[in-house]
Amino acid sequence: MSLFTDPRWGEALSHLPDYLGNHVRVSLAALALGLAVSLPLAILTRNRPAPRGILLALASIVQTVPGLALLALFYPLLLLAASVTLAWFGISFSAFGFLPAMLALALYSMLPVLRNGITGLNGIDPALIEAAEGVGMTARQSLLIVELPLALPVMMAGIRTAAVWVIGTATLSTPIGQTSLGNYIFAGLQTQNWVFVLFGCMASALLALAVDQLLGLIESGLRRRSRARSGLGALGIAALVAATLVPTMGRSSSGYVVGAKTFAEQYVLSALMRDRLKAAGLSATARSGLGSSVIFGALKAGDIDLYVDYSGTLWANQLHRTDIKPRAELVAELKTALAKDDITLLGELGFENAYALVMPRRRADALGIRTVADLAAHAATLSIAGDYEFFSRPEWAALQKAYGLQFRAQRQMQPDFMYAAVASGEVDVIAGYTSDGLIAKYELTALDDPKHAIPPYDAILLLAPKRAGDERLQAALKPLLGKIDIATMREANLRASGNDANSSPDAVAKWLWEKIKQ
Amino acid sequence: MSAAKCETGWGDSLSTEAVPEWTDYPTPLALRAIDPPPPGEHKRKESSPTMSSKLAISYQHVTKRFGSLAAVDNVSLDIAAGEFVAIVGGSGSGKTTLLRLANRLIEADSGTITVEGEDVRNVDPVALRRRVGYVFQSGGLFPHLSVADNIGITPKLLGEPAAAVAGRVDELLELVQLDRATHRDRLPEALSGGERQRVGVARALAARPRIVLMDEPFGALDPLTRDALGDDYRALHRKLGLTTVMITHDMTEAILLADRIAVMRGGRLLAQGTAAELSSSSDEYVLELLRTPRRQVERLNALLPMGGAA
Repeated sequence: MSLFTDPRWGEALSHLPDYLGNHVRVSLAALALGLAVSLPLAILTRNRPAPRGILLALASIVQTVPGLALLALFYPLLLLAASVTLAWFGISFSAFGFLPAMLALALYSMLPVLRNGITGLNGIDPALIEAAEGVGMTARQSLLIVELPLALPVMMAGIRTAAVWVIGTATLSTPIGQTSLGNYIFAGLQTQNWVFVLFGCMASALLALAVDQLLGLIESGLRRRSRARSGLGALGIAALVAATLVPTMGRSSSGYVVGAKTFAEQYVLSALMRDRLKAAGLSATARSGLGSSVIFGALKAGDIDLYVDYSGTLWANQLHRTDIKPRAELVAELKTALAKDDITLLGELGFENAYALVMPRRRADALGIRTVADLAAHAATLSIAGDYEFFSRPEWAALQKAYGLQFRAQRQMQPDFMYAAVASGEVDVIAGYTSDGLIAKYELTALDDPKHAIPPYDAILLLAPKRAGDERLQAALKPLLGKIDIATMREANLRASGNDANSSPDAVAKWLWEKIKQ
Repeated sequence: MSAAKCETGWGDSLSTEAVPEWTDYPTPLALRAIDPPPPGEHKRKESSPTMSSKLAISYQHVTKRFGSLAAVDNVSLDIAAGEFVAIVGGSGSGKTTLLRLANRLIEADSGTITVEGEDVRNVDPVALRRRVGYVFQSGGLFPHLSVADNIGITPKLLGEPAAAVAGRVDELLELVQLDRATHRDRLPEALSGGERQRVGVARALAARPRIVLMDEPFGALDPLTRDALGDDYRALHRKLGLTTVMITHDMTEAILLADRIAVMRGGRLLAQGTAAELSSSSDEYVLELLRTPRRQVERLNALLPMGGAA
């Protein structure tokens, strides 16, 4: 099958109206907000060196924060703000998706706009400003008739830079719940779907180029005092916004939103649940690629209606418990605790996706390592890799404490690459996931945890508070409970990690349903 | 002779016919320097017999400091309505500051400045600037505005209807002898230095001011253009009955164009009067300023054969 006849292009294209529309809206809203704040600031501080310096320094600092971190920071910040406004004014707003993404991106857009705005205004020949005063202009008239038009080319260059940055960075707003072209990239990276990754990158690059060119048209129109040119550019931008609004307005927004974290298993499970809801005649959409710290809050706030989490994760991160209980007991206690927040723990899916220390089977046999306790004796000469969160999670602290683990080196890695890395000897041990299909594929072995330092990680289905009494929803999901054992999930995950058309989450979800429906 | 020269139309002196006119006489420079009273003298007498009662601009004990430096130091100077006064001085002499005090581009620290009888402190600075024409060094034209928009800016700021502004622009283009069709819609960058300065003059005159302030208006031009523009402006000054205060560092230009000359140095007004009056000054700097052009003329006369074509 050639690259161009791959059916995944068609699948990618079918998401385009939704992803592109959201991407355009959040980018342009952020850019508009950024301009609305930065331009007046540039004008106000143009003759005041001290505040101008402070402003530029602040904007530069914001710029040094990585885009992903900046976006991620806005979520807890807004969550806090939302709880404050709810307590004081009785007004609540969603800290999820559009708002944090727009605010973070607007902040991101400020530096080029501010810097070029100030440079443009300061670069004007002082003799011309004197002339403006001399012919009888007020300060305001001088600004509007002389200074701004003369600074315009430099300012527009800044605006164009900001537009390109914002459109590029907006792909990172997927994990905080804002649908964007980043959905292609995140989903593609997690499921090894390079068609999606490529498609997402190209779409966002083309969008950035198109907006840059339209802004360039407005700029040259303004500079040459050609209404036609600048009008055409503005019309183009307006058309872009309008075009992205049309498909969204035709769609119902009242459906159930199924959340998914940023890894393949979650994409498959959310597709499976979405298909079940649709089969039951309920409208449902998937909101994929949500950060693991964002998704629980999104459920609690009702921004998503259901998703699958893992008992041990909530036990440690939400209940802040460090003691370990047997599987069933832990789930029961978790269920009671979540009920206090009106969150329904509908039940377990049947498999566990726990962290486990994983190494090649042959290597383990050669060293005589069967358990983590055996590993501890060799750890000082070995290196370990984990995903981005593992080494800051309580499980790692518990493992270290229980077994006295001290590795020679530890590295963080994209989960998809971890298994290949340990199979090839790039690292000696990884903190993998028990349900991962790659364990079998690469002939790896998961080491036993005789001291039960790692809590159980049953996959559990959670429903948002507003869906607590929703019987149709619950009936549609019931057939999934207890049906997915670890072997089935591993096979599903292995399928999803392939790099062909049958490995899309949708296709794997269909295979999984066929497998468990009897 | 001098009157005839002043009647010369805009742009004429650039044409070839202008050259023989100059050669008819030893040189105008020499003639005026040798033969008092200079042209300004009788003109002022005919144009403003009641000069002392009609002051266009009056500086009384005016001081302006920038930090510890007194840019203008206790200067008193009266400029009568209809007069053409040149303020002469080197760089840093305070001449530009003195000019700008008149339309409040710069505010005085002490002393009183009146324009047409009103204390400028009591006049809104923006309104003041709109009614006093100002010609900037090398034009000060707005590079993004067409010639017409540059010329029409002050009437437009005053709220005149667009049609009236357009009519006025055409009138002014004619007055400064720029071709309407070729120049009206051009941007300043497409003009020669002389044309730019003509537009600058037209812009200063657009709102029909009675007073025009000029900041080294012809300083950056080549000698021929400079001479032509100077003469042509002088003609406009008479025709429109303007009061003109012009800054220059060039005593020759001042003698040739102005009725009266004020000499500044280090923020102080050293001397004021007609060229003839200044020549009897006791100040060595003033005398040196006057001797230099004369010496140049004498050397030129010695070097250029009298019967030649130039």
